[in-house]
Amino acid sequence: MSRHLISIDDLDRAAIERILDRADSFAEVAGREIKKVPALRGRTIVNLFYEASTRTSSSFELAAKRLSADVVSIRAAASSVTKGESLKDTVQTLSAYDPAAIVIRSPHAGAAQLVARWTDAAVVNAGDGKHEHPTQALLDVFTLRRRLGSLEGLKIWIVGDVTHSRVARSDILAFQRMGAEVTVAGPPTLLPREIETLGCRAEPTLGRVDEADVVYVLRMQHERMTESFVPSLREYAARYQINDGRLRPGQLVMHPGPVNRGVELASATIDSPQALIGAQVKAGVAVRMAVLYELLVGSPSLIAAAVA
Amino acid sequence: MTVPGRCTPPDPAEQLYAAPRPGADVLIRQAHVLDPRTGIDELRDVLVRQGQIAELGDPGAVRAPDGATIVEGRGRHLLPAFVDPHVHLRTPGQEYKEDIATGTAAAAAGGYCAIVAMPNTSPTVDTASVMGSLVARARAEARVPTGFLAAITRSLAGEELTEMAELRDAGAIGFTDDGKPVVSAGMLRKALQYQRLAGGIIALHEEDPALSGQGVMHEGAVSARLGMTGIPSLSESTMVARDAALARYENARVHFQHLSCVESVEALSHAKSGGARVSGEASPHHLALTDSEVESLDSRFKMNPPLRSETDRQALIEGLRSGVIDCVATDHAPHAAHEKEVPFEEAPMGTTGLETAFAALYTELVLPGVLGLEVLVERMTAGGALYGLFTPQIAVGQTANLTLIDLEASWVAGEDGYASRSSNCSFDGRRLRGRVLLTLAAGAIVHQRPMLVAAAAPEVAR
Repeated sequence: MSRHLISIDDLDRAAIERILDRADSFAEVAGREIKKVPALRGRTIVNLFYEASTRTSSSFELAAKRLSADVVSIRAAASSVTKGESLKDTVQTLSAYDPAAIVIRSPHAGAAQLVARWTDAAVVNAGDGKHEHPTQALLDVFTLRRRLGSLEGLKIWIVGDVTHSRVARSDILAFQRMGAEVTVAGPPTLLPREIETLGCRAEPTLGRVDEADVVYVLRMQHERMTESFVPSLREYAARYQINDGRLRPGQLVMHPGPVNRGVELASATIDSPQALIGAQVKAGVAVRMAVLYELLVGSPSLIAAAVA
Repeated sequence: MTVPGRCTPPDPAEQLYAAPRPGADVLIRQAHVLDPRTGIDELRDVLVRQGQIAELGDPGAVRAPDGATIVEGRGRHLLPAFVDPHVHLRTPGQEYKEDIATGTAAAAAGGYCAIVAMPNTSPTVDTASVMGSLVARARAEARVPTGFLAAITRSLAGEELTEMAELRDAGAIGFTDDGKPVVSAGMLRKALQYQRLAGGIIALHEEDPALSGQGVMHEGAVSARLGMTGIPSLSESTMVARDAALARYENARVHFQHLSCVESVEALSHAKSGGARVSGEASPHHLALTDSEVESLDSRFKMNPPLRSETDRQALIEGLRSGVIDCVATDHAPHAAHEKEVPFEEAPMGTTGLETAFAALYTELVLPGVLGLEVLVERMTAGGALYGLFTPQIAVGQTANLTLIDLEASWVAGEDGYASRSSNCSFDGRRLRGRVLLTLAAGAIVHQRPMLVAAAAPEVAR
C-alpha cells in the first residue's frame, strides 16, 4: 500500500533497478537543450526542509521542475514553524493544497513516516535525523552502476563518523541489496555498537582499506570534536583521512558532500580522477526525477511489493 | 521480605487517601477465588457486607442479604485487588495529562485498590504545603486510596535535601526523585542517613546521566539501525550497584524503581544476598515488550528506562518469578496526544499502564506458561507492603479489596477508550486476554463493567 519512499527497506533489488533504469533515461534528458518533460504537469510537489541543505533541496526542486510539476519549497526558518506550529499542523495545512508529493527533510528520525500518516500525498524522505537518506543512497548506487556496470561482489568501505550518518545507514542497506560487501571503518567512538547486525563488518582502523574497490568517505563534523568523540581533527585526519598515500590506484572515492577539505579527504584526492564526487552531485537530479516519477506515475505497486 | 523504615510507622491505612465511599453490600457468586497468600484457590461465594468480607461460602450456598448487589462470578476469577507503588498522576500542574480523579479511575479500571503517586509534578512535591494540598485533593477526588511520595531533593535538583521529617508528618509515605537519579553519591548518602530520623522508604530512579546522555532508546542493534542515540543498560545497572552499596553501608531501606536490564537484576540479587535492605520493581512494558517495538518509530514505545533487549526481558521475568524483583509497578506516565504526536526523538518519555497491566502480563507471561497466575497475582499485590502499606487479602474480616476478572475475555487495548485522560499506552491496539470486570477498593465498588450486575436481591417489605 505504501506510496512512499521512507527507507531503503521500502525497496527490493528489482525496485532499485527500476528506479535506476528510469534515472538513466532522465539523465539523457539532462543532456538535451530543453531539459523538461511534461510527466507531472499540473501536479504540486511540496519540499519541506527543516534542516539546512544545498544539494538535496536544490536537486529535488530541479527534479520536480524538470518533470513540469508546480513546486512549493518551504524552509523551516521562513515558515510558521518558527511560530511554534507543530509538524502535524504544518503537514495538514500543506495537505489542504492537495499536493501529489511531500518531500521532507527533518533533524529527527521517523519524521517522514509520521508525515505519511498525516497526508494523502506520497512522501519522500530527504533525510530524517541520523536514520536514513534513501535518495542519496540511490544516487550513490546509480553513480557506481554507471561507472562499473554492477555492484555485485564489490567491496565498499564506508569510512568516518558512522554513528551520526544517515547516509551511512541508507548506503549500508542499498549497497548490500545490490550485491556489494560493506565494511564500515572509523574511530571506535563513532561506530555504533552492534552496527554489524546490519550485515556489514566494522573496522577500527584503515589497516585493510587496501581491499576496497570503493572508499565512501563520510563528512566529519567539527562539533564531534567538542563532544569528545575524537581528541582532535588533527588526530582524526592522521588516522582516517583518505589521501593519495592511503589509496592504491584503481580505488574509487565517493563522498556525500559537503567536504571538509583536508579533514576527511585530502584536497588533491577530491580533484583526482579516482573521485566520483562530481558525478554523485550530477546524478542527484536524475535519480530524484526517477523517484518522483515512479511514485506518482510509474508503478507504485512495485515499491509496495517490497514493503509487503 | 525486608523490613520497612525503622521510625514508628504511621497506621498504613492513614497514609492512603480517597474520597469517602459507602462500604458495599455485594455477593459475588461462584467465582474462582485465588489468593496466593491465604492459599485459597477454589470456587466460592464471596459476601461483602458494609465493605468487609463477611463470608467465604461454598459455591451457591451463600444467600444474598436484602439490598445486596449480586454479581455472577461463574467462569471468572476473584483476586485480591492490585497495588501499584509507581504512578504519575500529573497533579499539581499538568492536569491536562491526568488528574487525581482520572488517574484513580484508571487504577480502578485496571483492578487496583491502592496506588502511590510520584512527586515529579509542577511544582515538585518537596514542601509540606504542596503535600498537604495533594492530600486534600485526594480526600475529595481519589476513587482509589492513593498515597504520595515526596522528593528526596528540592526541585529534584539533587543538591539539597527536602524537609523529609516534616514531609512525612504531612503524609509522605517515602521519598523519590523519580524521573531523575540522585546523581551525587554523597547527596544520596545523606538522604539515607536522614531516613533514620524521617523514616519512609527511599525509592530510586537509577540512571547515570553521563552514560545515558542524550539517549532516547536502548543502545543496541535497533538503535544502530535507526540512528538514534542509545541509552546503555549500564547507565542503570552501575547506579543500582553503587546505591545498593550505600544502602548496605548505611543500613538504609531502599527500593529500586522500574528495573529494565539483566545487569540490574544481577546487582539487586547480589545486594540482597549480601544483606542489604533493598527491593525492586519491574514494569509491564519491560516485562512484555522489547526494543524491537521501536522499529515502528512510534513514540508510544518511548519511555525511561527504555524498552530493552529480549535477554533483558527474560532476566526481568526470571527476577520476578524468583522474587529478586519484588513487585510489578506500572510507572503509569500519561502524556497528551499532541505531545506524543511528534518524531520519536522529540517525544516525552512515558507510557500509561494502569488499565492494561494485568491483561498484558497475563497475556504475555501467564498464557504462554512462563509465569504462574498465582505468582503474577502475588507480585501485583506486593507493592503495598514494601512501602509499609497494607497487603490486600481475601479472608473473612478483611476490608474488601477485590477484583473480578474474566480470564477468557479477549479485548483490544483502547478499543473502548481509556479512563485515564491520556491514551499513550504501549499496549494500545494489542489484543489482550483477561478483562477486569469489577473492582472493590477499601470496601467500596470503584469500577464495574456495564451489564455485569446480575440482579439486586429483592428488598423485603418491612
